[in-house]
Amino acid sequence: MIDESTVQNSKIMSKRTEPVIDIAGLRFTWHKCLSPVLEIEHFRVEPGELLFIMGPSGSGKSTLLGILTGILVPQHGEVRVLEQRLSQLKGTARDRFRADNIGYIFQMFNLIPYLSVIENVILPCQFSSFRRTKIQLQGSSPRDEALRLLAHLNLKEPELLDKPVIELSVGQQQRVAAARALIGSPALIIADEPTSSLDTEHRESFLSLLFDECTRSGATLVFVSHDTSLVSFFDRVVEFRKINMASKISGGASA
Amino acid sequence: MRNILLLALKSLRNRKFTVCLTIISIGLSVALLLGVERIRTESRNSFTNTISGTDLIVGARSGPIQLLLYSVFHIGYATNNISWQSYQDIAGLPSVSWSIPISLGDSHRGYRVMGTSADYFSHFRHGNKQRLHCAKGVPFKDLYEAVLGAEVARKLGYGLGKSIVLSHGAGEVSFVKHDDKPFRVVGIMAPTGTPVDQTIHVNLESIEAIHVDWKEGSPVAGMRISADHARRLKLTPKAITAFLVKLQSPIATFKVQRTINQYKEEPLTAILPGVALQQLWQLVGVAEKALVAVSAFVVVVGLFGMLTALMTSLNERRREMAILRSVGARPVHVFSLIIGEAILVTTLGIIAGSVLLYGLMVIAQPLMIEHFGLHINISFFSSYELLLIGIVQFAGIAAGVVPGWKIYRYSLNDGMTIKT
Repeated sequence: MIDESTVQNSKIMSKRTEPVIDIAGLRFTWHKCLSPVLEIEHFRVEPGELLFIMGPSGSGKSTLLGILTGILVPQHGEVRVLEQRLSQLKGTARDRFRADNIGYIFQMFNLIPYLSVIENVILPCQFSSFRRTKIQLQGSSPRDEALRLLAHLNLKEPELLDKPVIELSVGQQQRVAAARALIGSPALIIADEPTSSLDTEHRESFLSLLFDECTRSGATLVFVSHDTSLVSFFDRVVEFRKINMASKISGGASA
Repeated sequence: MRNILLLALKSLRNRKFTVCLTIISIGLSVALLLGVERIRTESRNSFTNTISGTDLIVGARSGPIQLLLYSVFHIGYATNNISWQSYQDIAGLPSVSWSIPISLGDSHRGYRVMGTSADYFSHFRHGNKQRLHCAKGVPFKDLYEAVLGAEVARKLGYGLGKSIVLSHGAGEVSFVKHDDKPFRVVGIMAPTGTPVDQTIHVNLESIEAIHVDWKEGSPVAGMRISADHARRLKLTPKAITAFLVKLQSPIATFKVQRTINQYKEEPLTAILPGVALQQLWQLVGVAEKALVAVSAFVVVVGLFGMLTALMTSLNERRREMAILRSVGARPVHVFSLIIGEAILVTTLGIIAGSVLLYGLMVIAQPLMIEHFGLHINISFFSSYELLLIGIVQFAGIAAGVVPGWKIYRYSLNDGMTIKT
């Protein structure tokens, strides 16, 4: 999986024509006896898209993200991410696939409290030699790349970088999380309500910084939120209840 | 995996305070366990070497433990005496290198008085072939001179030159005193950690002298022989309580033992002190086993403390685990993180405990010698101690499996959603 051709692929991501996400006939149930929380007939995300999936809490969005990242395995259907059929991969291979290709931003409390800002950002490189190698091929080091990304996200004051991460403001924490998702240029960035803990002003600046970095690295962004005010920022907006055919909405996962 | 261990280390550093408390509690319990083990080993060595360099102990016909108890530990009474003639006979055997007569039966304020010869000071050995020596003063020479054991001098507060009166019999309170023939303290022995410390030593002839006007265990009415007068009498004892024998060659031990046990003139028993001491230790050694069991339980309590600390931290750490999963950590990484923390805490606890143990030993060593005559060897861990440490380390890892498994299950089920 970690070879030169994939590295090349990700560099010319924007020229890629195959969909980044391709879902067909997906059904997911938390428990055999329960009715499915997810039923998606067809869903595609094209390379380089900045996609907004909109839906209320408890509608199964987080479950879908769990499936896309290979943490959850659907009972039926086929999920291809970056042309990889996830059902064909074993647990560890899915974990490695996620480490190599997906950057993930949580709603809040994104950072490991006992690691420094830099250590938090380069954490994916600890688990993915693929992302580490990519940085090295660009003639940089994870640390320098982290500093570069942080600077792009308006986090460059040295005293800020030395602070314990729990002392950073929520907005700063989310930007550190964005830097961590972006490091090593993964092809797919998934953000699960990353702006819900920010005020309006920070929300917009965070989004524009995130968009800039995704465009720069050619990454595809899947952004999930219930916040309809964000709609105007995105190329494409999908209403979650229109793609999820699950008849009964049951709260398997929060958020 | 190195990364995970590094992560575990940083995570622990973040919770310095509670982690330090856990390490201290494990350290204390490890120090206790190893300390008890070391004292146990040393006291057993010290006990089984209460008398060394002696091949046989000879007394009147009795059981070996009883003979050992009254002749060496000065506990209980002899069944009978040995005639001076028998002693002379056996001491004169060609295979005998030296012999030390022992005469018991008197006391001073509860401490036994032992009549013996000057050879006692030159030949008697205890511990690791250590000889007796006077911390203060010199061994007795004159008829009315006494040498005190270390504990006798310390407990009674006696110094050199002190005049003491011996009592007849071995009881704490005695109504019959040899107050006509007082003794002068000329020497105080260094502590040995053996019954020697609780004994008052006098000349064999002195015992004879204070009983010269006695008969059948009580003073003869109307007969008074002064201390000075007694000096001029022939004071060769008629009987002694027991004697110690060293042979020319230890190979002859069993042969001589058999000879003594079959001695025609009177019924005698000869015992090998080492064997008898081992037998006696098996009787009194139950307490030490209880002590080891208690300290082992303390270690278990210490490890349970760590388990509790890890378990209570788990819920608040589920988010941390979800973040790690999101950046590509496998469930096994998450499991290793918790196990790694358990390993680090246990290892640090063991190191802290060992440092504490050696620190305490350095401080305690001179005090133990001074007060108990117990020599604590400050050496590297014995193989048994290393085994104990290994068991503690293993138990620490085992204790980490429980929260590790729990977080493993969490991270499989939670995935990256965090239920808070």
